[in-house]
Amino acid sequence: MTAVAIQPTDMPGAGAADTWNLRRVLQISVIAGVVAIYLCLVGIVPVFAERPLIVDVLELGQAALLITFGAASYLAGMDQVKASWLRAVVVGAIVGAITGAFLTGLVLLGEAIDLRSVFLNASPTLYALLTDGIVLTGPIVPIVAGAITGALAAVILGLPSAIRVPLVIGLSSLLFFGLFAGLLRTPMLVTPLRDVARFMFGSEGLTAAGAAIVFVVSVGTTAIVRRTKPRQRVNALPPRQRRLVVGPLGLLVLALVLLFPLAMGPFFAQVIALVAIFVLLGMGLNITLGLAGLLDLGFVAFFAVGAYTVALLTSTAEYGLANWGFWEAVPFAVLFAMLFGLILGLPILRIRGDYLAIATLGFGEIIRILAGSDLMKPILGGPRGILNIPKPLDVPPTHWLSGPVQIYYIALAFAAVVAFIAWRLRSSRLGRSWMAIREDEDVAEGMGVNLVQTKLLAYMLGGAFAGLAGAISAGLVGSIFASSIQLQLSINVAAIVIVGGMGSIPGVVVGALILVGLPELFREFSDYRLLFYGIALMVIMILRPEGLLPSRVTRRELHTSRELADVPDSELVTDEERREASLP
Amino acid sequence: MSLLSAKQVTKRFGGLTAVSELDFELEEGSIASVIGPNGAGKTTFFNCLTGFFHVDEGSITFDGRPIHTLRPDEVAHYGISRTYQNIRLFASMTAIENILVGQHNHMHATWMGAIVRTPAQRREERAAHVEALRLLDFVGLSGRGDSLAVKLPYGDQRRLEVARALANKPRLLLLDEPTAGMNPSETHQMTELFRQLRDDLGITVLLIEHEMRVVMDISEKITVLDYGRKIAEGTPAEIQKNQLVIEAYLGRATAPDEAGPADPVGPTEEDEALPPSDRGPSGSMT
Repeated sequence: MTAVAIQPTDMPGAGAADTWNLRRVLQISVIAGVVAIYLCLVGIVPVFAERPLIVDVLELGQAALLITFGAASYLAGMDQVKASWLRAVVVGAIVGAITGAFLTGLVLLGEAIDLRSVFLNASPTLYALLTDGIVLTGPIVPIVAGAITGALAAVILGLPSAIRVPLVIGLSSLLFFGLFAGLLRTPMLVTPLRDVARFMFGSEGLTAAGAAIVFVVSVGTTAIVRRTKPRQRVNALPPRQRRLVVGPLGLLVLALVLLFPLAMGPFFAQVIALVAIFVLLGMGLNITLGLAGLLDLGFVAFFAVGAYTVALLTSTAEYGLANWGFWEAVPFAVLFAMLFGLILGLPILRIRGDYLAIATLGFGEIIRILAGSDLMKPILGGPRGILNIPKPLDVPPTHWLSGPVQIYYIALAFAAVVAFIAWRLRSSRLGRSWMAIREDEDVAEGMGVNLVQTKLLAYMLGGAFAGLAGAISAGLVGSIFASSIQLQLSINVAAIVIVGGMGSIPGVVVGALILVGLPELFREFSDYRLLFYGIALMVIMILRPEGLLPSRVTRRELHTSRELADVPDSELVTDEERREASLP
Repeated sequence: MSLLSAKQVTKRFGGLTAVSELDFELEEGSIASVIGPNGAGKTTFFNCLTGFFHVDEGSITFDGRPIHTLRPDEVAHYGISRTYQNIRLFASMTAIENILVGQHNHMHATWMGAIVRTPAQRREERAAHVEALRLLDFVGLSGRGDSLAVKLPYGDQRRLEVARALANKPRLLLLDEPTAGMNPSETHQMTELFRQLRDDLGITVLLIEHEMRVVMDISEKITVLDYGRKIAEGTPAEIQKNQLVIEAYLGRATAPDEAGPADPVGPTEEDEALPPSDRGPSGSMT
């Protein structure tokens, strides 16, 4: 059997009860040490040493190192805590100390030889930062700080989950609000909440009082939710009563969504409008890639077709053809995008898998290069672009609906409509044919599925959604340039679909929020944004290869037999349990 | 008139002639088997019948209409369903969804109708649903409908494949080694199921099978292929006595100078000693 070949040390947790598993401890320490040095040398620690997370208490740069220590110890302690809490704390402290020792090593090395010629950030400022503790000073500081943080992390790890989970969530909330305090504060200053905002949020980071409030509230809420389990209770209700609870909750969420841009101001409205545009794109690619399994890396082409159609039909500036209104132009944008789906689909019907990705990539590039080419310049304006695309709603500039707020509503409304369509399609004969093609093209054909028709419909409907996204985007920006057509867009959309969970409609929304929304909010961190974007992609794919919200298994047998009420509770499996059960 | 009739069917892959000048007739309402050593061209023949391969020479008619130029989906539309040697379910779809895909030909919903969800569409979905549950029950998979196909035990996957093929309401069902890898009691159940298909539903059944007990037990006619050629045809009793068949399976008992296993592709005794589930595909698709 294969089990014989597996070394106990390779199985986290398994052999832990009777061994210290030093190899793993060392492994984690070394990785964490390298990460810590990396954080210093790429400049995150020194650059953000003055950016408060909690004003006068904790700066972001230091927090990054502390999180590294803590996370490493937490990971290493997970093996040990089953044996004994004390042992976990000792291991945590050791891991933290070793990780810190790497930084000490960096300081000593930096004092001996000049690293600055290679690493710009290895400056005396950095060394001063690393050696300046609260009580101590000197190269010993990182080791001590690491040991203390590591031990604390392991202490948390050993707590019963009723305390541990709220505590971890409380700490994460501190990080979250510490990062976004400034963004939240600005719009609040013009509302009656301005005093609350000043009390809780500094211009950057939380105030000490704000931190306390955030921590207490998040810990409290988590503890209460964990104890009362409202979700399970609602799920256990008979359908009619459940509707009574879920209905008003849904209305509340809807009201919040509708009032959001009014409360949070144009910046957030703009971010969410962008997210909604990517949701539209994601829904489109979710059909071609998520359902039909056709990897399309030239998806930006449809976006371009939609955007340029609207631009040409509506622009009042040069290159504008018709001076139509936005709404007259949108159906044509969708229609042309569909047509392009057909044109793209026909030549690549027989191509499968990796080859398909390359072929579609080529198609996308053709469109991109064509849009910027001299050939199309008299029509599309080339790099000079098409300007003066009217806003969808013609309101005076002082009106509350002017600017990004109206795009927010329009994009959101379209995203809702498209989600509805995608959902209906998914559970139809066509949706099942798409999935069958994704699973096994030959067998699907053997079952009577017409591959030509079905695949073309996937390209066309997916393209229609993307064309709509392009049209709205043109309305949002008010102009379209050849340079807005980027390969990056195709890749981003593919990442949204894959990270969200292939074929899953809520997954697209979550994917867009995380991969488009968050980076927009992190603008403050300029270059480092992309670094973390990449890291986040890798981490998500390692931890959840099936996506953040994988598409649910549709339960049909129980639903139709109308015996749901008679089934004992133990047999009603929640989706989470299902998902866990489906993991290897 | 025969339901299925193949005349002088030849299929070549480069220099290899997988099926050679094969004549084959199948009466409506019969149960027949195609047997032969590994690589004899059985699955290739199935692939020709179902439109996955197009014959190089010869013709195939189903119910009097030529089908050898059709695509697989068109063949399915004519009322021919099949299962696959190495189970090919839609792995990450549920059992019910698998059967619903099988009913594709008997549903008419368009994409517009799906979005609007017209009353006709809703009725159709509902009926398809009921039918899927009925088929699940028929093959003995009640209660497994919401399991992902890939999570089903091996024997259940084979059953589900049969149910999916039946969902197309076929007149002819082609089963490619349906009992491979099953234990004797499962094999017996499957055999009874096939008999039921013919007796109760009037479906004509054509099997590729290695399990001789199944073949001899159920078939009314057996066709033996070797190197793509038909070497024998007849009732189980006739086939059991046929000298050519025995030679094809067991090798010729001859003097050393005459033959021997010189041809590497040829069947050997060692091949036959393997249990059926360990056999490689005797002709792969695409």
